[in-house]
Amino acid sequence: MQSTPAARTLDVEDLTVRYGQALAVDGVTLAIEPGEVVALLGPSGCGKTTLLRVIAGFVRQAAGRVRVDGATIDHLPANQRNIGIVFQNYALFPHMTVAENVAYGLRARGARGPEVQARVSRFLDVVQLGGFRERLPRQLSGGQQQRVALARALAVEPSILLLDEPFAALDRNLRLDMQIEVKRLQRTLGLTTILVTHDQDEAMSVADRIAVMNKGQVEQFDTPVAIYDRPQTLFVNGFIGTTNLMNGKVAALRNGTATVALDAGASLSLAAPTGIGVGAAVLISVRPEQLALSSVPGPNAWKIEPGLSLPIGAQLVHEARTADGASLKIVEPRRAAAADAARIYCTLAADARPTLFPRST
Amino acid sequence: MNKLAEWQLTLPLALAFAAIFLAPLLMLVGVSFFSDDKITQPGFAQWVKFYGDPFSYKVIADTMLLGVKTVCATILVGYPLALVYLDAPPRLQKVLIFVIVMPLLLSVVVRTFAWIVVLGREGVVNQLLLSLGIISEPLRLLQTELGLVISLTQIEMPLMLLPLISVMSRLDPNLRDASAALGASRWRTLFTVIVPLSMPGLVAGCLLVFASSTTAFISQTVIGGVRLIYLPLLIWQQSLVVFNWPFAAVVSIALLISVLTVVSALSWLGRRSGGYVHG
Repeated sequence: MQSTPAARTLDVEDLTVRYGQALAVDGVTLAIEPGEVVALLGPSGCGKTTLLRVIAGFVRQAAGRVRVDGATIDHLPANQRNIGIVFQNYALFPHMTVAENVAYGLRARGARGPEVQARVSRFLDVVQLGGFRERLPRQLSGGQQQRVALARALAVEPSILLLDEPFAALDRNLRLDMQIEVKRLQRTLGLTTILVTHDQDEAMSVADRIAVMNKGQVEQFDTPVAIYDRPQTLFVNGFIGTTNLMNGKVAALRNGTATVALDAGASLSLAAPTGIGVGAAVLISVRPEQLALSSVPGPNAWKIEPGLSLPIGAQLVHEARTADGASLKIVEPRRAAAADAARIYCTLAADARPTLFPRST
Repeated sequence: MNKLAEWQLTLPLALAFAAIFLAPLLMLVGVSFFSDDKITQPGFAQWVKFYGDPFSYKVIADTMLLGVKTVCATILVGYPLALVYLDAPPRLQKVLIFVIVMPLLLSVVVRTFAWIVVLGREGVVNQLLLSLGIISEPLRLLQTELGLVISLTQIEMPLMLLPLISVMSRLDPNLRDASAALGASRWRTLFTVIVPLSMPGLVAGCLLVFASSTTAFISQTVIGGVRLIYLPLLIWQQSLVVFNWPFAAVVSIALLISVLTVVSALSWLGRRSGGYVHG
């Protein structure tokens, strides 16, 4: 790969989009670093696709700005923004061959002759479709069509690459291959990339940072690890991964550490978020893998009533019920050791970092 | 069920077609090979009379040209209309489709007489142009080919718009966005993406408009008058005024063959372009 264009920053500032009365995007601000992959993650209707379409220039915002390398692009129509986009259904031109599809953007920019052919060949080689030049899109498989769409978007050397649920239509194995491929291309080209997805695994594996969106707003914008381990809001907490919620009350506060009395009957010391006082009702969110089963009672262990145990892959998932009626999921690595019927206590695993949320009572 | 039995299932329809469609056509061809208008003397006299007369070729050419002009006019007006329909919000689309289909709900006679009111010496068009001072005396629009093409354009418009809209609304809306994101202007997108992909609808529309306008006897005679002679008028005169049925049969066959030639050329084009569109 020759000529790596300098990666651009992308800034979205206070962006608001209205569809009639409804707010599709509600005051979103994102500062995206050069060469970064950012996933917009959220349930359908959260505004992530609308946000992408504003950046591409297909939808006009009611308020706010979009900047590429500091310069606003809001006044530019879509065909002058130089932003590459890959659609969920690829949107290849069905009446053009693979080569014509890839050449389309170059021709639209006035390029002609051997220069076009050379670049088409180069980008078809990049996506490993050199032998498919003269095929029509419908003669290709889904994965191949996606590679063509990618080559078509990349051939014009866009300043920003947008991917709109690009892997949703692919089957599981192919999806992983394409995710790796896209990541590799993005790295080589150093392209600032935005990926829209509703699949958290995809966001986790492909993105450098994830913006979790809900009802038109960004709930949290952080690295995948931070989003998983330190969700800032209850929505993010529930949307990402599986989690257990337990009721408790803050018994004491010292140096940012809260001692929480669980309704299930144990006392835990946890990092306290700001704005929580002594006596406040709280929700404690713990990932299933951050809980452990034990046969030893203690001040930090609470009694449970064990339920089913299911082996899922390399893991064993236990179901359990606490004294106050909350149901828990506990995940352990599957070991040869037989289930110990005496393990009727639950504790936090050694490295567990549960999150506290205020609970309205 | 064996193959023979399956084949037999098509018999009722095939027989009905043969009786209603094929038999009259064969009779028509048969009648054309009689030399006298009493249909008693077999011979080629009527064929020689029609094809020996340069006037016949002029009428054939005028008729085909009328079809071509009407097709061109419906494309020029209809294609932008189809694009407007496509971009319109759903509620407006419902109104538009009603307006588009409405001409089909009216009797062709009513529609044609309405055009007389519009195009006449004291008609809406002339009144408007006169009062705006664009012309000093009324334009002659009735009994001219221009007036005929104008009214046929409106009368045949649904036949162009309906196939066009049905093909265009099946196009993936992302294609336009993809084209724009790749740097193409609206015009480039129109001519390199939308027009090629809407070809099947366009060809179907042309086919229907051509076949319908070349044979539109009522509009041709009411608006064109007797001074503009097209093949349908010739057939009517020969069969119902002069009562020379063999000659009328020869003219009918000429019309049939001319229209069929153009229509099959168009549908060949349509089949070629139709292969690109999926779903």
